[in-house]
Amino acid sequence: MYKILKKEQLTPLIFSMVVEAPRIARSAKPGQFLIVRTGDMGERVPLTICDFDREKGTVRIVIQIAGVSSNKICSLNEGDSLTDITGPLGKPSDFMEFTPDKIKSLRYLFVAGGVGAAPVYPQAKYLHSLGAKVDVIIGARNKDLIIMEEEMRKVCTNLFICTDDGSKGEKGNVTVLMERLYAQGNKYDMCVAIGPMIMMKFATLMAKKCNLPIIVSLNTLMVDGTGMCGACRVSVGGKTMFACVDGPEFNGYDVDFDEALRRQTLYRKEEQQADAEAGLDFLVRK
Amino acid sequence: MANKIDRVPVREQDPKVRATNFEEVCYGYNAEEAMLEASRCLNCKNPRCVASCPVGIKIPNFIAEVFKGDFNKAFEIISEDSSLPAICGRVCPQETQCEGSCILGVKGQPVSIGKLERFVADHHRENSDGQKPVESPQSNGHKVAVIGSGPSGLACASDLAKMGYSVTIFESLHKAGGVLTYGIPEFRLPKKKVVEKELQSLFDLGVKIETNVFVGLTVTIDDLLNKEGFKAVFVGTGAGLPLFLNIPGENLNGVFSANEYLTRNNLMQAFDQKSDTPIFHAKRVCVVGGGNVAMDAARTALRLGADVTIIYRRSEKELPARAEEVHHAKEEGVKFQLLTNPTKVIGDENGWVKGVECIRMELGEPDESGRRSPQPVAGSEFVIDTDALIVALGTKINRLIADTTPNLETDKKGRLVTSGETATSRAGVFAGGDVVTGAATVILAMGEGRRAAKAIDRYIKERY
Repeated sequence: MYKILKKEQLTPLIFSMVVEAPRIARSAKPGQFLIVRTGDMGERVPLTICDFDREKGTVRIVIQIAGVSSNKICSLNEGDSLTDITGPLGKPSDFMEFTPDKIKSLRYLFVAGGVGAAPVYPQAKYLHSLGAKVDVIIGARNKDLIIMEEEMRKVCTNLFICTDDGSKGEKGNVTVLMERLYAQGNKYDMCVAIGPMIMMKFATLMAKKCNLPIIVSLNTLMVDGTGMCGACRVSVGGKTMFACVDGPEFNGYDVDFDEALRRQTLYRKEEQQADAEAGLDFLVRK
Repeated sequence: MANKIDRVPVREQDPKVRATNFEEVCYGYNAEEAMLEASRCLNCKNPRCVASCPVGIKIPNFIAEVFKGDFNKAFEIISEDSSLPAICGRVCPQETQCEGSCILGVKGQPVSIGKLERFVADHHRENSDGQKPVESPQSNGHKVAVIGSGPSGLACASDLAKMGYSVTIFESLHKAGGVLTYGIPEFRLPKKKVVEKELQSLFDLGVKIETNVFVGLTVTIDDLLNKEGFKAVFVGTGAGLPLFLNIPGENLNGVFSANEYLTRNNLMQAFDQKSDTPIFHAKRVCVVGGGNVAMDAARTALRLGADVTIIYRRSEKELPARAEEVHHAKEEGVKFQLLTNPTKVIGDENGWVKGVECIRMELGEPDESGRRSPQPVAGSEFVIDTDALIVALGTKINRLIADTTPNLETDKKGRLVTSGETATSRAGVFAGGDVVTGAATVILAMGEGRRAAKAIDRYIKERY
């Protein structure tokens, strides 16, 4: 069992938990993810790793209530335990293989959509700590979905915030800010976009327009997360890849986002029904 | 013995009833039936059945004890060679192994060896509940890590524990059992009644298990050997990665690997209303493949309410599934499109499966495997309307262990190369089961695990 040591509510729907998981804390690297399960009949839910403390043996997860399973996880409190956590899963970010000298010379632009700020954080933190120049855009529908602003500010050079409705930061979505940074003459060696699939699709289109290489982290459907089921398959450069073991990070230019978006809707009917039964039908599912 | 009666039939759930539930199909023999069936054994001087059992169970000897009614003795005899008899009695392909070589099969029906094995194991389990488990052996102080809790890992762990080793199994999923848990459905291999009990008897021997450890990522083999004090490691990680057809439309909504479909249903219990894991409910389902996994997927879909068709490129004779599974599938109403191969998955305007285009096949010359190789019949394309396509074409090896363990030799297919008795190219690292042989059977994997246990024992005794 994996004890929840600390729980914080970041926004009405988003929670942060620090959980005891020594093995994962010891081996987690930026870019990887984990799978959480709660209860005997619980679903395996892939979640990003927001932070880890190797000495204390803890990992931090940030989770948004998006359905029955995430709601069950979010309803646990400090002192409770998660039934299972598996990880770290997937490949670490490419830059984990770069030398410190190389990293020092690089300039990164991170684009985080909503709860996507959580997995961006350890990446920005790592690069920033080694002297890379790091700019971060956090965008969301409204101010209630903007998270980790203060922490992020400490691990980047410039932080930009935007909301669709203008309730916080600039009005508009992340691509507007991307375009402006480009127009202002900012040059980046790499852009990394993490957030809802649809956001990553448009961030990639904008990156293309700005002639900027882009990495995206795919949040596909998954069951085991170890390469066994193929639920997470995605076309990348015309080839079928498994997001869980070949990814989750891929070159955005190569990803067939329309297929990925379609595949995410596979269990929409079942999910909506389960949401309704659990009184969660206020949740918006695209 | 040598009673010249017909094979004693085994009681089964009515096909119409069982097609709507996940209860076990076969009820097995009771004591009386088992003793009667045992009376048919000729007790051959040179028993061909033993020679064709991958682990060499002394079949006539245990059957003789069943005949006498000494079921405990029969269990002891089986246990000398097999550690999972309740499972193997249910899932072994007996018709190509023990029963396939039974002399009685030449003119009539072979002794029902699998059902007798199952009876002995079930009888033992049902009558040993509450009894004190076998005393844990004297510990020899050496730690051995077993990676994977499928058949090979369980067999290896069990033998090592009996020799006094301190064994820890590392399992990547949240539940132990490997394919026995995620792959083979409840109606063929009950989880609570059989699999979990067999696992419990292992834990009673002192074997420890750490679930949620994906070796290669959570911890490496080198960590286990150098930092965690394990003297040797057994790799029994199986062949887990699903193969797909590589035809157009394979990523349409409604195409699944059999692994995914079965994992959702078996490991995640999606058939149960109380499960949080969804499974795709389709009116019509096609399953591609002719092995046991294809039969399992088809019969699962049937139980979830679908009209099911199996598509297989060779003819009935070549179906690699156990004869009993094919027979059961047919009884339950699964349809077969034989000598047929899918060429394209057809989607509707929103990208959901609505059909599968197939081509008829004919059998040509025998290929390397000795089976006649199927050739497409030009111009014979036709479409089967379906809402889902489940691909059960086999599996390949996950390269994670090889990629994260320096100097661990693999072949072109990613299988770990072993020499002598299950030793890999790395000192202290042993391997067996599907990760070495490619996808095979429970009994073969189990046999490999047992061989590895002996090799590990020798290795550790020589060095420490």
